[in-house]
Amino acid sequence: MELEKFSYDNKIVKYFTIASIVFGVVAMLAGLTAAIQLFYPAFNFDLQYTTFGRVRPLHTNAIIFGFVGNAMFAGVYYSLQRLLKARMYNDTLSWINFYGWQLILLAAAITLPLGYTTSKEYAELEWPIDIAITLIWVVFGINMIGTIIKRRERHMYVAIWFYIATFVTVAVLHIVNSVEIPVTLFKSYSWYAGVQDALVQWWYGHNAVAFFLTTPFLGIMYYYLPKAANRPVYSYRLSIIHFWSLIFIYIWAGPHHLLYTSLPDWAQSLGVVFSIMLLAPSWGGMLNGLMTLRGAWDRVREDPVLKFMVVAVTAYGMATFEGPMLSLKNVSAIAHYTDWIVAHVHVGGLGWNGFLIFGMFYWLVPKMWKTELFSRSLANTHFWLGTLGIIFYALPLYIAGITQASMWKQFDADGFLVYKNFLETVVQILPMYMLRAVGGSLYLSGVLIMIFNLMKTAGKGSFVSDEAAEAPALEKKVITGGHWHSVLERKPIIFTVLSLIAILIGGLIEMVPTFLIKSNVPTIASVKPYTPLELHGRDIYIREGCNNCHSQMIRPFRDETERYGEYSKAGEFVYDHPFLWGSKRTGPDLAREGVGKLKKSNSWHFYHMLDPGQVSEGSIMPSYPWLFEQMIDKELTPGKINALRTVGVPYAEGYENTANDDLAAQAKGITENLAAEDIEISDDAEIIALIAYLQRLGKDITVKD
Amino acid sequence: MFKYYFEQVNGVEIWPIISLSIFFIFFVGLLWWVYKGVDNSYIDEMKNLPITKTPKS
Repeated sequence: MELEKFSYDNKIVKYFTIASIVFGVVAMLAGLTAAIQLFYPAFNFDLQYTTFGRVRPLHTNAIIFGFVGNAMFAGVYYSLQRLLKARMYNDTLSWINFYGWQLILLAAAITLPLGYTTSKEYAELEWPIDIAITLIWVVFGINMIGTIIKRRERHMYVAIWFYIATFVTVAVLHIVNSVEIPVTLFKSYSWYAGVQDALVQWWYGHNAVAFFLTTPFLGIMYYYLPKAANRPVYSYRLSIIHFWSLIFIYIWAGPHHLLYTSLPDWAQSLGVVFSIMLLAPSWGGMLNGLMTLRGAWDRVREDPVLKFMVVAVTAYGMATFEGPMLSLKNVSAIAHYTDWIVAHVHVGGLGWNGFLIFGMFYWLVPKMWKTELFSRSLANTHFWLGTLGIIFYALPLYIAGITQASMWKQFDADGFLVYKNFLETVVQILPMYMLRAVGGSLYLSGVLIMIFNLMKTAGKGSFVSDEAAEAPALEKKVITGGHWHSVLERKPIIFTVLSLIAILIGGLIEMVPTFLIKSNVPTIASVKPYTPLELHGRDIYIREGCNNCHSQMIRPFRDETERYGEYSKAGEFVYDHPFLWGSKRTGPDLAREGVGKLKKSNSWHFYHMLDPGQVSEGSIMPSYPWLFEQMIDKELTPGKINALRTVGVPYAEGYENTANDDLAAQAKGITENLAAEDIEISDDAEIIALIAYLQRLGKDITVKD
Repeated sequence: MFKYYFEQVNGVEIWPIISLSIFFIFFVGLLWWVYKGVDNSYIDEMKNLPITKTPKS
């Protein structure tokens, strides 16, 4: 058997590693900023670019796509080559993947603070960036599958299965959820509306967790954990079951983000059932990881790499136990909209993703620089700082979440809400927010120690850019019948198609009935499209990220109908492109803000947006002074009307030509009403549009007063 | 272009039943394949793939 000489590309791994760490620090600083803003509103700096509603999506996107995404590429590019005994398919594609991805992240870091957002969680980036993501992702896929096809290893190790599933599913999710109609270069409306938009969004959002934060890292676990422990995975059979059942089940679970909302009941139940079943493959994977270490636990005491990985896999186990529990409707009734969810996602993010990445980097850097880790004790210090950080982050938020939910739901003996004022429930948990920021700081300081340690490690070693290797070529088997493709070359393609089918089944069965329609009878006849001024106001609401703190979805619980008014119906949202149900109530729900006992005067909204702390003492909401200086861009009105008509909102033909007249008339009404209270403001100020939108909320259906 | 009004999907309960059946059949088939259809030599080879050394020049 003749050996072929080739070399592994370490340089690309090095670049992705550095990029991951750089974006990690940036993203964690953004997260820490957001955490401080939540108990110290002055930290919003009264600047639109640094206000919480824009910093929070910056944090989530930078963590998911910058820190975790780059680490994923680093982990995949290193392990894929070695598992297949082949250099990456094409170096140029590797570098297009690298620079393309960094440019996308740069675009995200610029556009999100500028307020260019679609409002859909973890898919906030606007349409040109969405297209760029698609292109770069395809480049990554071609490079990966190309490498698999030219491999020198007959069979594909299980890690590669996870990588393939990641590629296929993220592509499908991203494309389906990003279908939107552009208005300008940085403004678009979701193709879907209301309930359907919500279902598509959470099918995407949940599976971003599944196929961007989980499957690639399970692949990474199956490669690096055996490497670090120097023993094979506990059960390869289990890993096969783990893989197929995980990708098959995960895709169905999205509706558990929408329990007790207006989503049809059958879809909610479907989501719950599959979320519960998801416990089995998740724990199968966790046990497979932990059991790999049996007989090596003495080394876990010594080796920081293994320490990080053990805690990562344990955190994975905790988060994936908690997930199914949270998807039980009675638990969701308590946890939804509270900080419990924030704690849950950070056990996964800080514990599973973060610690696995750190463990991987501590193992990779000495390997690629052909040296030993600079300081084991510094790595141990990082480990303990990180672990304490996670504890200080999660525990206070569990307390905060359960406390707040209990306060929201509490009635007195006479049947009245004990805490009528939402703000009381916020002030109660501010100490927990402070502790969370302490936890985040601890975690970040650990990362800074890691950076020092890895730089020192690199400094004392010498980097091997192209690692020489040799392996026998694979025998090609020619299939009879004149085909020149070998069975080997076909297998990865067949495998990719099978993975695609597995995830499409779940997607389709959930989506199809939800998109079934009754073609001529509106559910709620009184629901009308937004006026042009309200539309501008709604877009300002989206731009400022109000949906990060305010829901617009009243669940059918007595405490919620008592506090906010009539519960939300599916038919109310038919013109909402995108939907704005929100998933966290840092402030109160706004679905009925313009009607009933919640209705406030225009002047109240005016002063409240100018200085929330003056109107509601102790409020943690930022001030929005720029809304009083910036003017509505009326030139965009016709384009917005046309775009929304394209996606099915029934604005009359030609209305785009007269829309601005209606806008001016409605704005004038509000400014005259304000003038009666001695408030002078231009008709065209953005605040006027926002007030119009807030006053519209809940108007379309008859509500109890 | 779809419109937005839900109709009572007739027999909607068939959807979860279909999904559960598909999953159950798939999973039973998978278990059978993993424990009966895969031979031990393949499992052993795959298990050790990450930690076997590539021959160096």
